[in-house]
Amino acid sequence: MTQSNRLNTGGRINRDKPIRFTFNDKHYTGYEGDTVASALLANGVDVVGRSFKYSRPRGIVTADAQEPNAILQTGSNDASTVPNPKATQAALHPNMICRSTNGWPNVDTDMMGLVGKVGGAAMPPGFYYKTFMYPQSMWMSYEKLIRKGAGLGASPTQNDPDIYDKFNHHCDIMIVGAGPAGLSAAVTAARAGCRVIIADEQEEMGGSLLCSTQQINGEAPAKWVSDVLAELSANENVTLLPRSTVFGYFDHNYLSIAERRTDHLGETGNGAVRERLHKVRAKQVILATGAHERPLVYGNNDVPGCMLASAVSTYINRYAVVPGNSLALMTTNDNGYRAAIDWHKAGKRVALIADTRQTANGDLVKEALSLGINVKFGQAIINVKGSKRVKGVEVASISADGSSVTGSVYQVSCDTVASSGGWSPVLHLSSHTGAKPVWREDILGFVPGKTVQAQHVCGGVNGVYPLADVLGDGAAVALNAVCSMKKSIEGVEIPKADVAEVSESAAMALFHVPHTKPTSRAPKQFVDYQNDVTAAGIELANREGFESIEHVKRYTAMGFGTDQGKLGNINGIAITAKSLGKSIPDTGTTIFRPMYTPVTFGTFAGSDVKGLFDPARFTAMHQWHVENGAEFEDVGQWKRPWYFPKPGETMEQALQRECKATRNSVGLLDASTLGKIDIQGKDAREFLNRIYTNPWSQLAVGKCRYGVMCKEDGMVFDDGVTSCIDENRFIMTTTTGGAAGVLNWLELYHQTEWPELEVYFSSVTDHWSTMTISGPNSRKVLEKLTDSDVSNEAFPYMSWIEAEVAGVKARIFRISFTGELSFEINVQANYGMHVWKSVVAAGEEFDITPYGTETMHILRAEKGFIIVGQDTDGSVTPQDLNMDWVVGKKKTQSYLGKRSWTREDNVRDDRKQFVGLKPKDPKAVLPEGAQLVFDKDQPIPMTMVGHVTSSYYSACLGYSFALALVKGGLDRMGQSVFVPLADGTTLEAEICSSVFYDPKGERQNV
Amino acid sequence: MFEIYCPYCEEHREEEEFHPVGEAHIQRPVDPEALSDEEWAHYLFYRKNPRGLHHEMWVHATGCRKFFNMTRHTVTYQIMETYKMGEQPSVTEGAKDDAK
Amino acid sequence: MSNVITPESPLFHADFAKLAEVTKSLDAGVELEEKAFLGHLNLRGNASDEAFTSGVEKALGVALPTAPCTSAQSDAVTILWLSPDEWLIIVDGGKEHETEAALRANLTGHFAVSDVSGGQTIVRLAGSDSINVLKKSMGYDTHIDNFPVGKVIGTAFSKTSCHMLRTAETEFLMVVRRSFADYMWLWLQQASKEYGLKVIA
Repeated sequence: MTQSNRLNTGGRINRDKPIRFTFNDKHYTGYEGDTVASALLANGVDVVGRSFKYSRPRGIVTADAQEPNAILQTGSNDASTVPNPKATQAALHPNMICRSTNGWPNVDTDMMGLVGKVGGAAMPPGFYYKTFMYPQSMWMSYEKLIRKGAGLGASPTQNDPDIYDKFNHHCDIMIVGAGPAGLSAAVTAARAGCRVIIADEQEEMGGSLLCSTQQINGEAPAKWVSDVLAELSANENVTLLPRSTVFGYFDHNYLSIAERRTDHLGETGNGAVRERLHKVRAKQVILATGAHERPLVYGNNDVPGCMLASAVSTYINRYAVVPGNSLALMTTNDNGYRAAIDWHKAGKRVALIADTRQTANGDLVKEALSLGINVKFGQAIINVKGSKRVKGVEVASISADGSSVTGSVYQVSCDTVASSGGWSPVLHLSSHTGAKPVWREDILGFVPGKTVQAQHVCGGVNGVYPLADVLGDGAAVALNAVCSMKKSIEGVEIPKADVAEVSESAAMALFHVPHTKPTSRAPKQFVDYQNDVTAAGIELANREGFESIEHVKRYTAMGFGTDQGKLGNINGIAITAKSLGKSIPDTGTTIFRPMYTPVTFGTFAGSDVKGLFDPARFTAMHQWHVENGAEFEDVGQWKRPWYFPKPGETMEQALQRECKATRNSVGLLDASTLGKIDIQGKDAREFLNRIYTNPWSQLAVGKCRYGVMCKEDGMVFDDGVTSCIDENRFIMTTTTGGAAGVLNWLELYHQTEWPELEVYFSSVTDHWSTMTISGPNSRKVLEKLTDSDVSNEAFPYMSWIEAEVAGVKARIFRISFTGELSFEINVQANYGMHVWKSVVAAGEEFDITPYGTETMHILRAEKGFIIVGQDTDGSVTPQDLNMDWVVGKKKTQSYLGKRSWTREDNVRDDRKQFVGLKPKDPKAVLPEGAQLVFDKDQPIPMTMVGHVTSSYYSACLGYSFALALVKGGLDRMGQSVFVPLADGTTLEAEICSSVFYDPKGERQNV
Repeated sequence: MFEIYCPYCEEHREEEEFHPVGEAHIQRPVDPEALSDEEWAHYLFYRKNPRGLHHEMWVHATGCRKFFNMTRHTVTYQIMETYKMGEQPSVTEGAKDDAK
Repeated sequence: MSNVITPESPLFHADFAKLAEVTKSLDAGVELEEKAFLGHLNLRGNASDEAFTSGVEKALGVALPTAPCTSAQSDAVTILWLSPDEWLIIVDGGKEHETEAALRANLTGHFAVSDVSGGQTIVRLAGSDSINVLKKSMGYDTHIDNFPVGKVIGTAFSKTSCHMLRTAETEFLMVVRRSFADYMWLWLQQASKEYGLKVIA
């Protein structure tokens, strides 16, 4: 297909680099430098989508982020597809495949269109609420239908093949927008010696200068842009980020930027980083985001061919595309004339300029008149003819205040309608920081309000529009920003930019073009194209009592779409204001929130995917575990061996083998992940007294003791063994998951409550590799590895010694979590693997069996030893656990948690207490987490009296067993509880002691 | 994302280095056993939730691991000051509110 | 029982010796080296206690850096400020025991020394793109004015944390916890990919 609308000369496209692409399965050709929108317009494609509610055909309206209609689905497959990029922003890349998101089954013949046509009257605002809320059971199917018909794009269903990452930056001045204001500010700031970052969402920097015809310093504006960019590029303190959308502005001058690095080159990044999230902490922020042109609201203003006046100029000047043959322009201001002048100069016919003002005589008006263009003052385009393309317009005289049609209606033939209702500053980013927009009557627009951020605004966003003023404003604001940092601006030369003044007549405030009929009966006058919100709909919402602009928004869905109200909101606010008899500032705006434009999930995920999603922590013996077939379990971030299946073994079989081996001979556990804290200082003992529930004053050097920690609310939050290394030195162990939290807890109380205690804490978790040999033969294994006396007499239970193990200096602790004779060997972690392998070798004759966390859990549960976080949940006291023995009665200090145990709630008789459960069926393993009831016949809802915390089959006991928290459980020994299961059956268990194995504790003491 | 001045490292750092701990200046009663259940509950559970200036405790978790206090405006999120443990705030609700 | 005792550093499994051979002639923007098996001692004490500071200086031959985020160095020892009452002392591998003994001999009153040599390793990151790698990894401002040579910071590094000493314009030593070393290594490979990564053994 030929590019019938493309001019032979001009524009910033590269005619030597044609690019083939497909849109809705048809092939087209554009040029390097095109957006999808400019290429489609060049090829004369009118209909690019269907509207959300009425399914009306829609064309390209804008040339920027405001675009409501040209929403794409790009990509050739389910991995690379991207939903909802705007054709007006998407750079064309070779062999690009894209389609419109809206339009089912296709944009040209649309089944929903038929519904829309008959359904127009039946689909007023609040349609979804009114129609689909009831019957509620139908909502799901309605929703599917609507979603299918409306289509807001499809998510990729395959893994994204591309790479994304993130960059952190710091700078003196962050400038958002590289149009005339931003570039002028950047050069000025850079010349003042500042670290500057300037980002711009477009394919190239320059903003409005890329499509302007106004000369700077007597040359084309593009020359000024390239000179300025050359200067900035050469400055090492300046970072230029083109193709980078600043999408969020957060506390303390923190901005987030999505940079598209490869989308202009191809569908995927091909190994290069596709998108990069830049996170910028700036001392000063300059918003130079410019302004968006407002369309006018008139009858059938959504017919393809209706565009923004500035968009028409942009397509002509930047892309060398005249998107039609015959133009009718309606404008409330002088600037709108540029579209008609550019159109005329491109050699096409301008049928009419309808200037809604009674008179105007600015320079652009004069120019249009001198070119012989048909200009009508005090007239408006009140309706558009045509369905899939504009065929003509209906024009009439209107009153000076724009409220009514005063003259007779006449027709003008044309295929394009451009409208300009003035400009709205792009203040979204300033809104992100909580600044309330302020209405300025002189520019008929909201500007950024007061903010607590170190934020400056210049150019269009500041309500400054004439090019000469914009350039000056950028430089002046930059100097201001430099001064705010107390840096010198002496001798800083501002960039030279001489621009001829263009005189302008005052603009007219017109947000809703009148029709001969009342709004409710007039042809549809669209405010928000994507959500099909019309002027009549807004007025209806107001009549129905929705007066707050936030309510109007939610009721009508105005501003809900992918453009987030950029195009229509100000008109909608003005229509609401008028209909309610309020002023625009009193009506206010809705709040703009991040993201400014949609951001891909890939950008947010960055490199934190797959193996880098969450750090995996490994012990020094990990490689051995891998080589010996361990299955792993995540414990916090640690990868711990779960069990070590032998070939052909099920998990169940492996566990039974590991348990029996440990009880009958010797097992080996990697316990390196336990938290270890080196506690030193003369008040260490006193500190332990305050932080643990049991007393520590008498623990002798060389001895170990189990302790429980409670928070101030009296609830258990960690436990472990702490050993006395020296009179003023202890080594505390914590649970694997609690290590960081406990160290923090100790520091918190030391730093905030008891700084007078002379004690220091240092984490030595990673310094020590810890391996536990457990079982009746463990001493025999140890004896082979050390010359030290490890007999029961020399080295009794709950003590520790320093010894050499396998030639390495070690601390050996005689403590036991299995109930068997156990030795916990700690060596410096660089030697962990060596000692581990030595232990394995020494244990070979005893068939030493490595076991993982699951066997450890079974063995400790058989002994009734708790696991904090499994058998407790932050609502369990030591007394609930039947561990009153670990509570110090004589300690003088009111240690942490103590006071709370006498709180009313903590002395209730029916508190859940820790007990054992023995299922009636010795093979039935109760589900962990299962709720318990006393009366199995009670109708639902049943009274739940507790839950199962741990549950296993014990190979050593020969039956299954569980640990549980049961209301008043300690007084219910021998009674039955029931476990109602999801399948309707019920298991029965007997409440018993939580200690199932070796209740006298003899085996660990030999 | 806040930018927080650590009074111990003596420079601004990114929020990701810190953890919030809760309301500042809550002192553990010297003799908890002497308190009624109600008084003890106030110490345990009752916390301010002001709209405006708030004094809160933070810890420089990945940095110096020191706890410190911060005066922060809960509406604007401005940090008025950070100060070391044991020190008193110089910006308080009673004083002139600069944020307004 | 094995007679040969082979220690394994936290990044032992990455086999840097082999990678160094593979990447030796690479024109890479990033250079990575594990400074394994050094002696690491964690020292706690009161910086305003003159007896403490002079005792440390006597034991180590270097004055304790007491200003925030500073370091001190001699041929034998590097001291990193970690917090107002905490320092990391790095000595040659095997010297940690005698250094600890020297400290204990020269210090009185309230102090603490913990041997953490097995618990951490040092990764040296260098090269013209090392700063870009850091920008991908942490929020701290790497500009030389803010992070001069000799400065040490404790900061969040991707999803873990580390202490970092700048030793030259484009050279950084990172103190990494043993159990996180593999994550750090994976992360640095990913972050360096576009610049080229050369491993030094």
